[in-house]
Amino acid sequence: MTRELWKGNEALAEAAVRAGVDAFFGYPITPQTELLEYMARRMPELGRTFLQAESEIGAINMVYGAACAGVRAMTSSSSPGISLMQEGLSYIAGSEVPCVLVDIMRGGPGLGNIQPGQGDYFQVTRSAGHGDFHPIVLAPSTVQEAVDLTYLSFDLAFRYRTIVIIAGDGALGQMMEPVEMPPMREPTVDRPDWALSGTAGRAPRIITSLYLDAEELERTNLRLQEKLHAIHTTEQNWESYQTEDAEWLVVAFGTVGRIAKSAVRAARGAGIRAGLFRPISLWPYPEAALDELIERVQGVLVVEMNAGQMLEDVRAIVQGRVPVRFLGRMGGVIPLPDEISAELAHMARMHQRGNGFGSQHRAAERSKIL
Amino acid sequence: MSLTPDLDVIALPGPTFDVVYEGPDALKDVPTHYCPGCTHGIIHRMVAETIDELGIRGRTIGVAPVGCAVFAYKYFNLDGCEAAHGRAPAMATGIKRSLPDRIVFTYQGDGDLASIGGNEILHAALRGERITVIFVNNAIYGMTGGQLAPTSPEGMVTSSSPLGRDPMLAGYPIHMTEMLATMPGVALAVRRSMHSVAEMRKTKKAIRQAFQAQIDGLGLAIVEILSSCPTNWHLEPTAALDYIRERMVPEYPVGDFKIAAQLTNK
Ligand SMILES: Cc1ncc(C[n+]2csc(CCOP(=O)(O)OP(=O)(O)O)c2C)c(N)n1
Ligand code: SF4
Repeated sequence: MTRELWKGNEALAEAAVRAGVDAFFGYPITPQTELLEYMARRMPELGRTFLQAESEIGAINMVYGAACAGVRAMTSSSSPGISLMQEGLSYIAGSEVPCVLVDIMRGGPGLGNIQPGQGDYFQVTRSAGHGDFHPIVLAPSTVQEAVDLTYLSFDLAFRYRTIVIIAGDGALGQMMEPVEMPPMREPTVDRPDWALSGTAGRAPRIITSLYLDAEELERTNLRLQEKLHAIHTTEQNWESYQTEDAEWLVVAFGTVGRIAKSAVRAARGAGIRAGLFRPISLWPYPEAALDELIERVQGVLVVEMNAGQMLEDVRAIVQGRVPVRFLGRMGGVIPLPDEISAELAHMARMHQRGNGFGSQHRAAERSKIL
Repeated sequence: MSLTPDLDVIALPGPTFDVVYEGPDALKDVPTHYCPGCTHGIIHRMVAETIDELGIRGRTIGVAPVGCAVFAYKYFNLDGCEAAHGRAPAMATGIKRSLPDRIVFTYQGDGDLASIGGNEILHAALRGERITVIFVNNAIYGMTGGQLAPTSPEGMVTSSSPLGRDPMLAGYPIHMTEMLATMPGVALAVRRSMHSVAEMRKTKKAIRQAFQAQIDGLGLAIVEILSSCPTNWHLEPTAALDYIRERMVPEYPVGDFKIAAQLTNK
């Protein structure tokens, strides 16, 4: 297999093509637009469906329709567009049809800017729409990983009849990297036995998220929760980097996870035993793996391109066992390795001085630092 | 031993009857939740009869709206799904583009199509999606209890326009079908009414043409149907039909705004 230079957004699109996407519906928004433009050229070439929708509301509802027809449907957007898709995502979750969504996050709130950001963490993992559901959220940190995760995303979506979100950011979407593309899959011709196709030779099928009866809707929700529970136990995915002997653990995802690797190496160069825990699945969050690491470290540094969103997940897992510090940059500012390693050095220094960064002070410091 | 007696054995000899009138195959034999005197039910029947007549039941997919017809998928004997409020044309687009040889129709109220879903129907029409749109205009939000709709005639008293629709406050009634007729992607855009049997017959014919337009791949076809809401108009069923004739038809004239030449004899 050869390695070729690919731009993140285009690589994501080609990976979806090779994974057998049948239909793409989208709306232009920076820094995601190249994905849509790539699909506009590529999909018709293969006799597949491409349509530029009138809005992200249109796009997600076209995906909803196509998903009901049992095809591999996807859309892509960036933060403000994802906000508009929330209604559709909730219906898709309630109706249990599969689809794939790429979110190339940018700075917010509001129109924000077109620089990279991670401020959609809550939006994609927690509140992708009204009601109780979570999409599967996967956060690649390199273009190769984006390709590999996208390639598997439709299988996951169809296995669980759920939404899979590939959560990248503007940096990932815009950067060029060498990539090994997976092979082209044969398009699937068999449609699932729940898909709409017309009643010829069988009883009518209905896809809905409406259950007026309270008990019936509760039963539906319980079934949905059971499925989410199964996803939660089987689909946790993460990378541990130099954590075997780590005393100071950085937790970061996506682009920041990648930067943090350099910071960990720099910190180790300065004699600080640092390691990196990089969640790849943001939902389900890789709780068990992080929980186990917490037992062995002196402190945790969460780094994100937001005001501290994943931080809440980390705190819930740490439960005050060790101090948790947070380093966040916003507005499209990307944290530098130096900033992260300086923070690690600071934590190690404080620990040496007994300033609360050690087990003997954990309980006392908990309330202050958390 | 079976507890169910064998019907052949206990059937008594008696007069036999010819079946002269049956429900269409495309409609399930179940009670609907529509209010007495509501014309939604008759429109369902006309759509179902058309599907039977055209022999397309096995390849038709319906998209239900949010509105009183939210359970349309329970009544039609077809594959069906439930769209978010106003989004049926986008959902239908996704289905039709994925299954181009299937017949896809939306069934939408005026709040659904003309208010929250204005953009979705506009752009489906702009693209000339090969779908059929049954647009039931009762000039009010039925399901939520009778609030003002963009289609409510001037002066109409509703629960959210207690002094009557004031154009200076709430604008003027919207004429969706006339607007859509201006678009090249639209093959058929007509308005019909349910206020008399004669008008209903014309409605039925228009529904048939709207499905034929899709079968022939001509573009988007929309039939706007002036329909009654006796409950929220606070009128007896027959008075509600009079209201359509006297208050709605003058604002929304019945007529053909566009019919593709290929459809005129169908
Ligand atoms: C996003 C959203 N907003 C509002 C509602 C509440 N709602 C349900 S039906 C409806 C109006 C339906 O009126 P119309 O489309 O005219 O259909 P009718 O009930 O008159 O047949 C509204 C506002 C909703 N379900 N979803
Ligand atoms: S509320 Fe109006 S539109 Fe709805 S079912 Fe009753 S009469 Fe028909």
